[in-house]
Amino acid sequence: MGNTSSMLTQYDIEEVQEHCNNTFSQQEIVSLYQRFCQLDRNSGGFISADEFLSVPEFAVNPLSQRLFRMIDGLNFKEFVAFLSAFSSRATLQHKVEYIFKVYDSDGNGKVAFSDLLDVLRDLTGQFISEQQRELVLTQVLEEAGYKKDSTLVLSDFMKILGNSGLKMEVEIPVD
Amino acid sequence: MSKLTTSRSELDLDRPNIEDYLPPDSIQQPHTKLRLRDLLDISPTLTEAAGAIVDDSFTRCFKSNPPEPWNWNIYLFPLWCLGVVVRYGILFPGRVLILTIGWIIFLSCYIPVHVLLKGHDKLRKRLERALVELICSFFVASWTGVVKYHGPRPCARPKQVFVANHTSMIDFIVLEQMTAFAVIMQKHPGWVGLLQSTILESVGCIWFNRSEAKDREIVARKLREHVEGTDNNPLLIFPEGTCVNNNYTVMFKKGAFELGATVCPIAIKYNKIFVDAFWNSRKQSFTTHLLQLMTSWAVVCDVWYLEPQNMKPGETAIEFAERVRSIISIRAGLKMVPWDGYLKYSRPSPKHRESKQQSFAESVLRRLEEK
Repeated sequence: MGNTSSMLTQYDIEEVQEHCNNTFSQQEIVSLYQRFCQLDRNSGGFISADEFLSVPEFAVNPLSQRLFRMIDGLNFKEFVAFLSAFSSRATLQHKVEYIFKVYDSDGNGKVAFSDLLDVLRDLTGQFISEQQRELVLTQVLEEAGYKKDSTLVLSDFMKILGNSGLKMEVEIPVD
Repeated sequence: MSKLTTSRSELDLDRPNIEDYLPPDSIQQPHTKLRLRDLLDISPTLTEAAGAIVDDSFTRCFKSNPPEPWNWNIYLFPLWCLGVVVRYGILFPGRVLILTIGWIIFLSCYIPVHVLLKGHDKLRKRLERALVELICSFFVASWTGVVKYHGPRPCARPKQVFVANHTSMIDFIVLEQMTAFAVIMQKHPGWVGLLQSTILESVGCIWFNRSEAKDREIVARKLREHVEGTDNNPLLIFPEGTCVNNNYTVMFKKGAFELGATVCPIAIKYNKIFVDAFWNSRKQSFTTHLLQLMTSWAVVCDVWYLEPQNMKPGETAIEFAERVRSIISIRAGLKMVPWDGYLKYSRPSPKHRESKQQSFAESVLRRLEEK
């Protein structure tokens, strides 16, 4: 798919749809493409750091840096796949996997205490001391039956988050 | 694209509470005991981030909305081609001619007046004002501007400022042809800057540089001096601080509203039927923008001079600014968004992220205490 073209062909749309496992309708993909082109101001084929952070609503989000690391340099197809977890058609499994990936920043399939601490730090900033954060995490981990030095894998996440009615949906505006 | 800098604390001073505008915090604050899943479930924050990636109210303000193409038919297309020929081949040269004649007349009157009448300030100023109004009329004619003015014509009185919503630099020209305002503008490079430093100086315009932090105090002082002077042209300010696409208004900077003067709102709404008058300064230079206007059929707009407003007792400058913004937005049919226009050039203040972090942190600590 050409990065410089501003029009998607039917083949392109179907390719993207397949890549994201049909979680978006064709109209949604067209809308996402318009949005992608709007954000990709220098038409480089991917959205750079500056371009993402120039959306104020994204820049003020506590997890923006973490998400940004995952989304930097993605082309359109990968951009849609990245957002597919937020579709109403995405499975719970898919959403939990996505959350797992956000935690697992080094991508080794294991989420350690330090990873949990990192995300909690992003979410709470300077308003909880580091010690208190560790205490809180240790306490809730132990209550859930894990030890401080145990690592969590995807199946653990599925167990913990699986039946909680996870609400993670974004509506794509379709003109 | 200009390099984004981290915002300075002065942006904080300009902004009322954004939380008043944004939808209520989607992160629920239940009061049950804190469990592991509550900490692991970062879905609300992620959803907010994804929502911002997919669509956000700030970028919408600066999206160009060109008129719908209508030439997609077998008989409409030749009509459109004929239209192109007429616009580029007949109208455009005619307009360039009108503009050139206008400039010749203007310069041949302005230079003698400016030089020879140096001693007779009152007369000189009056003539210069009339001449600036004249050249602006020529400009408006060069785009076949169809401007409808509603409301009482502004008069020059001390202790009053005019504020208007901003779509393009032509806002200034459209307003100037009716009344010679002194405007406060960003200093531009190129031929626009040359005009700024020569002709526009004579009507009392004030310049500033967005990127200079110190500039703010100097500009505030100049504004105050101008407003309090008796012989100055009425002051026109565009409190949005940047061009917005005429469908939305961004937050007004409070500078114009704390001068202790009466604020007279002006609402400008462009009809996109022939051309979109929004100057997307990231996409095109002012020259290209003018050329685009000169090769379209007409620029149609409405200007409403609204009732002068005074600060109510107990109202802060920011509340006053927002009240005037809503008066203008309602009149011109624009939607209000809670963003500072300068976020085009810099990143938002960390204050917002910190307030989200703070509310989450407090909820965690509170729920930890629950039994």
